[in-house]
Amino acid sequence: MANIATNSIRQASRLSLKQSAAASGLLRSSSPAVAAISNRAASKRSYVSETKKDSAQVNVETAIRADQKAFFKETGKIPERQIAPGTDVTVDAMMSPMAGVLKEATIMDGGDRPIYLDMQATTPMDPRVLDSMLPYYSGLYGNPHSRTHAYGWETDQAVEDARQHIADLIGADSKEIIFTSGATESNNMSIKGVARFFGRSGKKKHIITTQTEHKCVLDSCRHLQDEGFEITYLPVTRNGLVDMVELEAAMRPDTALVSIMAVNNEIGVIQPLEKIGKLCRSKKIFFHTDAAQAVGKIPINVNEMHIDLMSISSHKIYGPKGMGACYVRRRPRVRLDPIISGGGQERGLRSGTLAPALVVGFGEACRIAKEDLAYDHKRVKALSDRLLKGLLAMEHTTQNGDPTNYYPGCVNVSFAYVEGESLLMALKNIALSSGSACTSASLEPSYVLRALGSSDEDAHSSIRFGIGRFTTESEIDYVLALVQNKVGFLRELSPLWELVQEGIDLGSIEWSQH
Amino acid sequence: MTATAPQARSLYRQLLRQGDQFAAYNFREYAKRRTRDSFREHQFMIDEVKIKALLERAKQDLHSMKRQTVVSQFFQLDRLVVEGGKTGKQGGRRNDIMRQTEE
Repeated sequence: MANIATNSIRQASRLSLKQSAAASGLLRSSSPAVAAISNRAASKRSYVSETKKDSAQVNVETAIRADQKAFFKETGKIPERQIAPGTDVTVDAMMSPMAGVLKEATIMDGGDRPIYLDMQATTPMDPRVLDSMLPYYSGLYGNPHSRTHAYGWETDQAVEDARQHIADLIGADSKEIIFTSGATESNNMSIKGVARFFGRSGKKKHIITTQTEHKCVLDSCRHLQDEGFEITYLPVTRNGLVDMVELEAAMRPDTALVSIMAVNNEIGVIQPLEKIGKLCRSKKIFFHTDAAQAVGKIPINVNEMHIDLMSISSHKIYGPKGMGACYVRRRPRVRLDPIISGGGQERGLRSGTLAPALVVGFGEACRIAKEDLAYDHKRVKALSDRLLKGLLAMEHTTQNGDPTNYYPGCVNVSFAYVEGESLLMALKNIALSSGSACTSASLEPSYVLRALGSSDEDAHSSIRFGIGRFTTESEIDYVLALVQNKVGFLRELSPLWELVQEGIDLGSIEWSQH
Repeated sequence: MTATAPQARSLYRQLLRQGDQFAAYNFREYAKRRTRDSFREHQFMIDEVKIKALLERAKQDLHSMKRQTVVSQFFQLDRLVVEGGKTGKQGGRRNDIMRQTEE
């Protein structure tokens, strides 16, 4: 746009110089629009772009896209292909201490890769996990379902060992673990599977879930609604917990399944699984829990908690992406209608060849998680307390969710009078999110926070911090300093903040309508 | 003081040195911290059989770390904003580096 404008000015001045050639010049001009503008500009002085309301406003979506473009241009470059500025040495050589010393005496200061604090979206893969996977990507390539040769036997053995590790982590039997592609598939399989199997006879056509579930559970339920099932979406209390009285009241004789997530992905509240499990067992209703954010982070035992079906994800516990599992109880037997049919692998519930490397990586991640559960939890708790203390020390900040019953690795804080998205953009050096990664593309306020009864403003101004095994104290201190700095800056810009500072209650203001 | 103490100390030093070779900041810090914490945890162990098992595990971990540090050096990316100079150490005061890309 600006280019066209300058072009037209240049053209216009040229035209006014040689008035006689104006007619032919117009004919030669390729674009009629440009010609028209230049013609007008030649006759009378005017502004090249008109004043519009939108010109002064930042479109968040395009701004994010521009940021993304700038990021890909600047970072993520492989060092061996980059030349350090002012030298002809590659960055790779500069970073290796010896090579750097030998070739050039320039010291490369720290980089500008953002630090990662979005552990609810996904976690980095543990080097120990990768180490266990590499043999299955190089030499051991047999199909684990091949029963006739050694290639199959060795991968089959590895798969069964991994299955045992996963079962140990949740206190189950290894035969009850079904490998899937991830928690989304496990959720779909459990909810649709149970509903279709028991709905076929037409006796059990009711499912209970909550409003704060993950999108894939809610969407599976919506899908079942179209198939003629009845779904109850339970509301949650102000702190995100399920009300046991309401849950019991919602149960009916034809209820087939209750699906309630163990740890919420946005606010981190831990539901009272044991109580829910006991209630469901007493009413002979199957209990499914989406434990993608819980397994390996808090102690879970499927027998003590009376869980019948459970979804587990590998990439939330430092394992490879594209892998997950579904726990399906055998005694009392839970019967499912499989979504994927075929060769009958995985007890016929999920056909298809397993990926031994992913399975082994997942198993190793579970083994490490079980071994280090207490150690990691202590560490995450300490870091989380440090972060939360620093954030809540600022004025007008509140923690979302339950202050005691939550997983410390998920800290969700509302910064009043600051727009969450603009804060996220200001905190460019920290990889954060305002909610679930699945919905981060849209600028809608989080439905989870809305279900808690938060106002639109509060839901818009909240940010989720995810802390994990590899987070360091320096990163937390960096985040605290930066957030304090940027929140102060953004509030200084806000007219609402000015009103609040003057002691005016924002609720008492009557905004005039345009 | 048991007979295995020198061996344990040697393994401890090797593990720390190997952990320092991770190209990724978070893995490097974790490797060093985890090594330190687990050796401290079993500092006063006197059961010979358990010591043997722990030393064996430390050896396994050292082998795995040797492979993984090489892998991580092959695929290293640019450094994090919290990292210091090329050694990855903070220069001067702690957390004195505050980089923020400004428009």
